[in-house]
Amino acid sequence: MTASEAPAIGLTHVGSEDTGLGHRGPESKSIVVPYGFWLFVLSDMVLFSALFATYASLAHATDGGPTSNQLFDRNLVAIETMALLLSSFTCGLAMIVAKRGNMKWTLGWLLVTGLLGFVFLFIELYEFASMIGEGAGPQRSAFLSAFFTLVGCHGAHVTVGLLWIGTMMAQIWSKGFREHIMRRLLCLSVFWHALDIIWVAIFTIVYLIGTLP
Amino acid sequence: MTEHDPEKLNVAPGQPHSNILSETVAYVIGLALALVLTGVSFWVASTSALWGPGVAVGLVVLAIAQMGVHLVFFLHITSGPDNTNNVLALAFGVLIVFLVMIGTIWIMGHMNANMAPDPALMNLQMQH
Repeated sequence: MTASEAPAIGLTHVGSEDTGLGHRGPESKSIVVPYGFWLFVLSDMVLFSALFATYASLAHATDGGPTSNQLFDRNLVAIETMALLLSSFTCGLAMIVAKRGNMKWTLGWLLVTGLLGFVFLFIELYEFASMIGEGAGPQRSAFLSAFFTLVGCHGAHVTVGLLWIGTMMAQIWSKGFREHIMRRLLCLSVFWHALDIIWVAIFTIVYLIGTLP
Repeated sequence: MTEHDPEKLNVAPGQPHSNILSETVAYVIGLALALVLTGVSFWVASTSALWGPGVAVGLVVLAIAQMGVHLVFFLHITSGPDNTNNVLALAFGVLIVFLVMIGTIWIMGHMNANMAPDPALMNLQMQH
């Protein structure tokens, strides 16, 4: 039996030795791990799409309670949006200096990223607390249940991201820029940028379209 | 931005370029575009100069444009051959997201229109 007759997985053509698996075997871990994480992030967006669909279906089911026009403050949302966008930017800057092994600047930009994320989270919690204080909590109507689920789920992601940023700062500090640390850092940046993409959808659909006159 | 190793078949999502200046410039351009799109969104939502019924559609278009800016400039998803796997995964994700959202809004909108005799009653029914 010659080599060309050997069973091969994938498409083969006569005269071609390409098995469809590449000539060099699987990619390195520094490609495969972030790719797997990218798949997770995309499935997370699918999860959010279900929450968005729920919110869109229930946005007018206010049960005679407060409506989105009465509840939402665009100025607060603008500050939240700026904080999260700038933190996405500084996260990118942290990746640039991390690739060059600059400890001081990497930790510095990660700290700025985390602080901006904290500002975002603080404003969101303030908004939730004042809404619940006015009697517009998640039990008030289907609209508010959907609102707290959607925006709260994003806020929970930001909280996890903040914990992750702190963990990565400690790991970089104690272990330096080893290959597996860099992999984790890359996954963190993908996660953080994805959170900002989801926030774009939230501030547009929930806050801006929800407060149109 | 063609300093990629020609031997490399794939790059990881979020993996920046290898030149510090072009990397930083890409992030600055991305930030500037995102700021402009965000600003336009907030302006469109608060002005009365535009045709009212079209505002919501315009806002959605602006949001999709800004997501594209984030994907290209922050997550470095490009049309290059080393990015094929990342783009295919993204395309599948976008397909599912649109199916879930448009399908739900379409079906639920028709159910509300066909099943509820009057809007006040519908409002009550949706609380259960």
